[in-house]
Amino acid sequence: MSANGLDNQKYGLLINYDFCTGCHSCEMACKKEFGLAQDQFGIKVAQYGPVQNSGKKWEFFYMPMLTDLCTLCAPRVAEGKLPTCVHHCQAKVMQYGTIDDLAEQLKVTPKSVLFAPKCC
Amino acid sequence: MVVKGNAYNLEIYKDNHTWQEGDFQVFRTTQWSAPGCHNGCGVLFYVKDGKVEKIEGDPQNGWNCGTLCMRCLDILESMYDENRLKYPMKRAYEDRGKNKWERITWDEAYDIIEEKVRYIQKNYGNESIIAEIGTGRNVWWQVPWGCFAGLQSPNQTGAFLSGDSCYSPRSSILALMSGEYLTSDMSQMLPDRYESNEWVVPQCITIWGCNPIMSNGDGYLGHWIVEAMKRGSELVMVDPRINWLSAKAKHWLRLRPGTDAALAMAILNVMIKEKLCDYDFIEKWTYGFEDIAKAVEDMSPARASEICWIPEQDIIDAARFMATAKPMAMHWGVAIDQQPSATPAGQALICIAAVTGQIDNPGGSLVTRSAYNISLFSQEGFEDNITDEQKEKRLGMHKYPMRGTGISAMAHTDVVLESIETDGASNDCEQYPIMMQWMQGCNPIANMAAEAPRVYDAICKVPFNVVVDVVMTPTAMACADLLLPAAMGSERDSIRAWWWPLRAISKITDYYEAHGDEQILLDLVNRLNPSAAPGTEVADWVNDLLANHSDADFDFDYLKEKVIVWPEWHYYKHEKGLLRWDGQPGFNTPTGKIELKVDWLEANGLSPVPFYEEPHESPYSTPELYKEYPLVLTTGARSYEYFHSEHRNLPTIRAFHPDPLVEVHSETCKDLGLEEGDWVWIENQRSRCRQRIKYNNGLDKRVVAAEHGWWFPESDPERLFNVFDSNINNLTTQCDIGKSGYGAAYKCLLCKIYKCTEENSVITPTAQVLDKGGFKYERKRLG
Repeated sequence: MSANGLDNQKYGLLINYDFCTGCHSCEMACKKEFGLAQDQFGIKVAQYGPVQNSGKKWEFFYMPMLTDLCTLCAPRVAEGKLPTCVHHCQAKVMQYGTIDDLAEQLKVTPKSVLFAPKCC
Repeated sequence: MVVKGNAYNLEIYKDNHTWQEGDFQVFRTTQWSAPGCHNGCGVLFYVKDGKVEKIEGDPQNGWNCGTLCMRCLDILESMYDENRLKYPMKRAYEDRGKNKWERITWDEAYDIIEEKVRYIQKNYGNESIIAEIGTGRNVWWQVPWGCFAGLQSPNQTGAFLSGDSCYSPRSSILALMSGEYLTSDMSQMLPDRYESNEWVVPQCITIWGCNPIMSNGDGYLGHWIVEAMKRGSELVMVDPRINWLSAKAKHWLRLRPGTDAALAMAILNVMIKEKLCDYDFIEKWTYGFEDIAKAVEDMSPARASEICWIPEQDIIDAARFMATAKPMAMHWGVAIDQQPSATPAGQALICIAAVTGQIDNPGGSLVTRSAYNISLFSQEGFEDNITDEQKEKRLGMHKYPMRGTGISAMAHTDVVLESIETDGASNDCEQYPIMMQWMQGCNPIANMAAEAPRVYDAICKVPFNVVVDVVMTPTAMACADLLLPAAMGSERDSIRAWWWPLRAISKITDYYEAHGDEQILLDLVNRLNPSAAPGTEVADWVNDLLANHSDADFDFDYLKEKVIVWPEWHYYKHEKGLLRWDGQPGFNTPTGKIELKVDWLEANGLSPVPFYEEPHESPYSTPELYKEYPLVLTTGARSYEYFHSEHRNLPTIRAFHPDPLVEVHSETCKDLGLEEGDWVWIENQRSRCRQRIKYNNGLDKRVVAAEHGWWFPESDPERLFNVFDSNINNLTTQCDIGKSGYGAAYKCLLCKIYKCTEENSVITPTAQVLDKGGFKYERKRLG
């Protein structure tokens, strides 16, 4: 894995919200990595539901969103580590990589979003 | 295709115990209480100048596979909280409840304990001292040993958890029916985990009475289930609340709380009537199938539908799927235990696993023991330290014969409570008063004690109390005469087996004069009964356990270096003669089979087959009460933030979940003139408490779900941190339990809710208890 930007590639996160359980580990890991204040988040989990939509089916999903505080953990990545949210995600629904690679994966991974943060 | 996460860089994350990384020394170990929980996850502590500065999940650990929950990620706030206990302290008896503590040395503390224990032993008998523990804490095997070997009392017990309503109900009926413990297979027995060739992805995972991704109970990490779901598992979820898992389930059975036995019997009814069972397994490996068929004959899905408030067709569809899906893994939780029907509900659930033949097969329900058969969990093994005569004096053993069959040798919580209240006159054995409590890692009046105000009276009545904990708790403020500071997970040497694999917990740092729970108990035993002590250091103790009470062929140093060691795993152990004491195929029961019908129960005055018993306070059993209290109350749903009464003192965690929450359907709120966020009083005939409304439109409109474990560490210690204000256990009751002695109605009571106003909040519950003599109602008694 190469460090952010050093290979002129754009990096991002692919997040499969179908299996995000809303456990807050990404938020807490980020807060502790960067010593963020109580109201600051580098990543924040949004929630939809539980709500009963058409055909009685329940919908209830979480989705982590990256904020402008996110650096994709540049210092960690430079050391060869994963961004701390990716490292600790309990449901392992986050993939770190180049936008090109992740975009390919996105094509075959339903209920996913690809984040390309400004920093990277 | 699903995202499985990136591979970790194993050049950085090594598989030995410690290494240098820049300015940090990295220690690879296991974190298990304090703080939290039921689990023992692999962690990396980054230490600088003797202080932990950072934590990460250990990618080389196949238990949690690099991940961590928010509580571990916030562990520095726990470890270095300014309110942590730093030194042993004593307080004058007349100052109980007051924040007047005097720092003493450990030697002075042990001198006081030794003098008191000797005096009580001489004048009242060893059994007049009780030792209490909290659920899931890493004191589970240590305190029983310290109680038997040191205090030489037979009375170690859960801290006023009515009906022993956690794990013991399930484990005791499992012991009778199968001779073993069963747990669902998410590959956790195999070092290669999900990639292992031996494991089969469950087609169906039946999750009954728990929310494993939040609770992680019983030596099991809930997110393993999510990995199975990614690989194709579908869920049958039995839960009164909608949550992430029930929303994702193929079949969600939203039962009325406390009716689990009826639902399980109806599912058996469908399986048997439609001939969907595994008759080969039934023929070879079970006893009493005809009796079960007869017992569930009358529990049609139509009847269960009325009892459980579930559409009939939903029950039929789920039953068919559970019977035909192969493999089917059963995962059941504490909600089974927290109802008076705990034992019959457990009977019916074990029958479901057995008649579908899903026992000890890959992806099914595994016959589970501690790694290397290390005898930590089976506390009966420690009983060699007390005499048979003393065992006869264990509270509750005579009243409730099933207690002799379970996984633990514990005194019965409700019998202990009544013993304190009656000075021993109510004992089911020789009469003696309780003169001393040794309370370690438990905070009953904030957490596990039903009828908390009643238990407050009881703990304050006992003449001498020692509390061992990490911070000042409401329990310690209320009743401790001696308060001993406990170490956290990284400040103690210990071992973790529950269940599999075996893991080392290594001491890597210190905090003032806090000592590990093991060290405190070793010191106690060396003071009181040195011939029973396996040395003076924790390493001596662990080495003794490994050498003499397990199949392991290595010592503690080896385990610490490896951190996590996997024994060889075997499926289908009953076929291979790996379960029975005589080496023959079969199960460890009198018939050698899984006993669907338990003759032993019948011989002891209990039903040999499952039956349905209505919750004792319910719309149908107490219709008059229901008119006044028209909502069914279930309590204790878990959150990601908190482990029981812990973590309320941590600013970052607390910001995520600042207030106690009661979940209510928005339409129920509308009818009552309430809105989300409102503070409401939750009240029944016993008492009340206040929490804030959170909408949950996946609840039945007649059911509300309230949180437990709330106290307010930021408030006045001399008001016991306002522990009664939001305490849902003001409403629960002691001494109204199942006939087996197991199961109290934590999860199936009645209540009403109404908005908190200035007028109706003049006298808070804490004020009522501390200043006004408590709440006035008739306390229940054991029958």
